[in-house]
Amino acid sequence: MEVTKQSVSGTLESSDIMITIEKSTIGNQIELNSTVEKQFGDSIRKTINTTLREFEINNAKVGAIDKGALDCIIIARLKAAIYHSVSDEDKQSEVFKA
Amino acid sequence: MSIRLRRTMLFVPGNNTSMVVNAGIYPVDSLMFDLEDSVALDQKENARFVLHEALRTINYQGKELIVRINSLSDGMGQMDLDYLIPLGKVAIRLPKTDSAQDVIDCEEYIANIEKKYNMEVGSTKMMAAIESANGVLNAYSIAHASKRLIGIALGAEDLVTDLHTKRSPSGLELNFSRSMILMAARSAGISAIDTVYSNLNNMEGFKAEVEMIKLLGFDGKSIINPRQIQIINDVFSPTEKEILDAFEIVSTMEKAKKIGIGVISLHGKMVDKPIIERAKKVLEIATVTGQLARIEDNYNE
Repeated sequence: MEVTKQSVSGTLESSDIMITIEKSTIGNQIELNSTVEKQFGDSIRKTINTTLREFEINNAKVGAIDKGALDCIIIARLKAAIYHSVSDEDKQSEVFKA
Repeated sequence: MSIRLRRTMLFVPGNNTSMVVNAGIYPVDSLMFDLEDSVALDQKENARFVLHEALRTINYQGKELIVRINSLSDGMGQMDLDYLIPLGKVAIRLPKTDSAQDVIDCEEYIANIEKKYNMEVGSTKMMAAIESANGVLNAYSIAHASKRLIGIALGAEDLVTDLHTKRSPSGLELNFSRSMILMAARSAGISAIDTVYSNLNNMEGFKAEVEMIKLLGFDGKSIINPRQIQIINDVFSPTEKEILDAFEIVSTMEKAKKIGIGVISLHGKMVDKPIIERAKKVLEIATVTGQLARIEDNYNE
């Protein structure tokens, strides 16, 4: 799947994460800012990378401002950001419902 | 199988991640995750993904999980169903149900998804919210429209607007609608759920309304704030005296049955079938709430 335009999902409220995704030309890059960076930074990056792989996204710049979101919320916000950034045809993919 | 209580149905806005992930901690019978009115139009997709992931992974401690979807009239409700039905975990609350056809249309759409994902057709349960004059007048046919229905609910804010009136502390404006919905639910053998009480600063008014709807026969009430939980659970749970009386009625009746007597007299009052049925219902509720076990423990000590 290809990121075609920039999109944002999530909020800066507690237990949430705000994720921005845009097109990149040098593979996947993740820029994370988290209130729990020390304990969970690596785990959050891993969750983001795994989700990008599930969508076969290889050229995206992901910005994430995390306020202590659970894994399921990180995935939900990233999926929503991907959904808004891909073509209408890709939006129909079953991967979004997986 | 024990009965499913629906005393408290807590609204959880679908795009509020903090509430969605923490909703399981509250002592309510049902959680109603909302994709409709509490979610802004440009956040519908975001909220749908939040509920899809949260409901898939979070353990909500055996509470009944319900999702209020958007209307099917503009395609949004269908998208909600596409994402949520395959989870196989949630009942669907259909908003603004005006006729039996609304239920049938939603049911057909759900059945197609169940077939697509090899789920048992009919396994997804539904609730219908009645929020208009048409809905109230069609309550009977709505309640009987599908075997999937577990209950019908009153949605008063839209209804009073349709009726050209407003909510009042006495609830006089909802008398007919509440009675109609209750009759329809009882006729179909499903739950009747009352509307929300939105003034969080008037707990006395809230309690009075809860007592009134219990007396009318409702099974419970939708709530918008955890502060309202305890009052409903208290009003809708039998008192210790009611439980002990029920226990006495049922056990006396069982003894009488053994010696072939159908109607008994207990403390000078006649006890017949409807009274025994009510007593059994009290014991059923007390079993689910854990009250019966607590009383038995106290007596055994």
